[in-house]
Amino acid sequence: MAVREPPPGGARTAAGPRTVLAYVIRRLFAVVMMLLVVTLTTFAIFFVIPKWAGSDPALLFVGKQADPEAIEGIRKKLELGDPLLLQFWHFVEGLFVGRDYANGSDVTHCPAPCFGYSFRTEQAVWPQLTDAMPVTLSLAAGACLLWVVGGVATGVVSALRRGTLWDRSAMTVALAGVSLPIYFTGLLSLAIFSYQLKWVDVDYKGLGDNPGMWFESLILPWITLAFLYAAMYARLTRATMLEIMGEDYIRTARAKGLRERVVIGRHAMRSTWTPILTLLGLDLGALLGGAVLTETTYNLPGLGRLAVNAISDKDLPVILGVTLIAALCIVVANLVVDLLYAVIDPRVRLG
Amino acid sequence: MKPLRSSRSRRVVGAAAVVCALLATGACGGGSDEESGSGAGFNAAMKGVANKSSKKGGTLKFVNKQDFDSLDPQRQYYGFAWDFSRFYARQLITYAPKPGNASNELVPDLATSTAKISNGGKTYKYTLRDGITWEDGSAITSKDIKYGIERIWAKDVVSGGPSYLRQALDPKGEYPGPYKDKSKDKLGLKAIETPDDKTIVFNLANPNGDFEQMLAMPTGSPVKASKDTGAKYTNRPFSSGPYKFTSYSPGKSAALVRNPKWDRKSDPIRAALPDKVTVTFNSNLEVIDKGLIKGDYDVFLSATGMTQSGRTTALKQHKGNVDNIETSFVRYVDMATKVKPFDNIHCRKAVIYGADYKQLQTTRGGPQAGGEIAPNMLPKSIKGADNYDPYGILKRGGKPDPAKAKDELKQCGKPGGFSANIVARNDQPNEVEAAEALQESLSKVGIKLEVEPIEGASSASITGSPSVMKKRNYGLSMTGWGPDFPTGQGFSQPLIDGRFIEQTGNYNVSETNDPEINKFFDEALKETDPAQAGEIYKQMNHKVTDLAVQMPFLYEKNITWRSSRLTNAYTAAAYNGRYDYVSLGVK
Repeated sequence: MAVREPPPGGARTAAGPRTVLAYVIRRLFAVVMMLLVVTLTTFAIFFVIPKWAGSDPALLFVGKQADPEAIEGIRKKLELGDPLLLQFWHFVEGLFVGRDYANGSDVTHCPAPCFGYSFRTEQAVWPQLTDAMPVTLSLAAGACLLWVVGGVATGVVSALRRGTLWDRSAMTVALAGVSLPIYFTGLLSLAIFSYQLKWVDVDYKGLGDNPGMWFESLILPWITLAFLYAAMYARLTRATMLEIMGEDYIRTARAKGLRERVVIGRHAMRSTWTPILTLLGLDLGALLGGAVLTETTYNLPGLGRLAVNAISDKDLPVILGVTLIAALCIVVANLVVDLLYAVIDPRVRLG
Repeated sequence: MKPLRSSRSRRVVGAAAVVCALLATGACGGGSDEESGSGAGFNAAMKGVANKSSKKGGTLKFVNKQDFDSLDPQRQYYGFAWDFSRFYARQLITYAPKPGNASNELVPDLATSTAKISNGGKTYKYTLRDGITWEDGSAITSKDIKYGIERIWAKDVVSGGPSYLRQALDPKGEYPGPYKDKSKDKLGLKAIETPDDKTIVFNLANPNGDFEQMLAMPTGSPVKASKDTGAKYTNRPFSSGPYKFTSYSPGKSAALVRNPKWDRKSDPIRAALPDKVTVTFNSNLEVIDKGLIKGDYDVFLSATGMTQSGRTTALKQHKGNVDNIETSFVRYVDMATKVKPFDNIHCRKAVIYGADYKQLQTTRGGPQAGGEIAPNMLPKSIKGADNYDPYGILKRGGKPDPAKAKDELKQCGKPGGFSANIVARNDQPNEVEAAEALQESLSKVGIKLEVEPIEGASSASITGSPSVMKKRNYGLSMTGWGPDFPTGQGFSQPLIDGRFIEQTGNYNVSETNDPEINKFFDEALKETDPAQAGEIYKQMNHKVTDLAVQMPFLYEKNITWRSSRLTNAYTAAAYNGRYDYVSLGVK
């Protein structure tokens, strides 16, 4: 994994508010462009490539009784006859002002933000996305908290006690964590804690419906997912920390008699956070787009499972919607990380 | 089983003990006790009614991998969706709430009796019961039934469901459907008359002895015009049955509660025992099986069988919770008679003699989880079915007959064999594997098969298109079929009647157009006595088997879980071997 190094900063150039604003605007513009490109690409993959391959998206929605009238009706509603760019424009337009899917007297209104309309389930895509988002958010937030605390702490302790039994066993466990796939650890945890010991009920409940059961249903997914990521963070933290502990300024800090707690907590940790934050931004962004394996294993009705179901049902509008949200999460997470650099490391110029 | 050598068996026992200790559970207990567990007994719901009871209350919990194709009764085509719809949709007539083949009998539901048939089998008249109501308490009228059926004509809006009623009542497609209907009450379909709110009369274009079967399908359900939301009706169908929806999130869950306006006295069919019915969707079949065994759910809605690991555990430790159901599905290979060399009957017979049926059975899961070897197409639950076996498949125990295969190849003018392509759907379990098994056994007689996997969703434009089959030289198609309604017409006509060959969405993949076969259907349709019709279908089936245009190999069976708390459970042929869902209760 590429870890982004902070750009070599020369003198401390404090970024003025205007520079920050200009930077943010520039980045936001790039975000919008990026999303447009992602949308167009996804759109093309789903609506142009099947055309070349000679299959008709309308056939995917028509069901077992493929009457020509039924196919034509779907084509009309989906606007499949229009040129691709026009279809794309209508899609983008729908995001901001909503749109109507019409076939004669049968009109389906999709209010803004219209992420499309699923003809498989006769439901707009956006409510399906907003339904799934809190689940994914709960999963990502809880797991993230666990793995950052667990991973970074393990990494720091390992680095400070390099070569000890603690270090070796922690790194072995970490290696296992990185290597074991979630559909193995996930199913194993389910088999033991849910089906055999019956300690937890993994049937997902919303936080608003029942906080206790929400916690109970998520505790296994959190731990399993955190285990996977914590391993990576522990290894990264350890490596970074080891490197930094050899730096001159740490020696200086020690030489001037600072307490070890301050040396590590204030000086070493600050630098250690930079690569961790980079990775965290990317990981969290990707997770918010849906933890496909975890959600499928634990049957959590989040974005990841929505995507898997949509793919197996060939429900193109839903796939497109999830892809866009996932792209949005990654792009925004990246932006936030870049902005946070400036907070952590004032040397970083917003250039 | 051969006894293991003692040192090895000790090691095995030791390992088992360690595993047991690790898992720290009772899962390793039990063992081979046939009727272990708290279930009603192996095949209890096959032999009769398991846990007979009339106790009301509780929640009946279904689980499924696949979502409903639709909840709109006029748009459903998945079998499990049809069965489930009976919780909230009633029809004029339906299937008898009885176990096994007895369920195939048609009995009145919204009507007071089965049809009074007149006019040479072209007029069907029904009188409606008293006390039948919608979930808002208003009476269900003959006009609601007519309006519901009319929706099938709006093919571009209410798409997906079967079109039998449309073909029987308006084969030329003159009626434009209720949404384009110019008449004020939107009841412009001439073939259905509603002289008063209690009477409904159907005028068929041609006699069809199975017309009542078509009315018993969910497409025959009433829809209240003021509650019709067109394409979106699927999200919240208005209930005419004992339950109504409280929620439905596609791909996640559905929940129904009692419909207080439903009058038990008006419905002799539905036991309506539970207070609540829920469906949970889970994309992981292994997890579904674990949930069933743990007791989180009562029934696997689509009843397509447990996973290998699930059924191993179930059969070993909870055999009393298992039914080995017969599904009315037939697994078979279509032979396209317009694609060379399958235009020659001897080349087709060479395939049948060269095929290893036993191996095909094993590929699909063996005799219990796969099914019984089939000598011909008609499944046992359909009138007219018999053990007709002109190719001696059962006699050989499903093994191939290479000598006969080679002899047929000679007569076909291909003594050295030939090459051909076989299409198989890659998203249907074990279909590609079965095609590969056939490939292996046929290679031994010199027939070289190339397996061409396709997506199930695109089959309407590949195997369903005679021109594509010919262009791509697809001579064989590995597939499966279950009846839309349990008669020879419902099972065989789309597959083998020459007048059903379509340019897309074709199911007569062999393109059989035999005047004698077509005539059998015409004669059977004129029969209103099911037993007489069955006799004709028997002859039809023999003729089809002799023509060797299809190679059936399995009458499907599977291993189905029945929870210990389930009461009144029996498998019904009318529902493809699934339990009669509206009869179920919970302890």
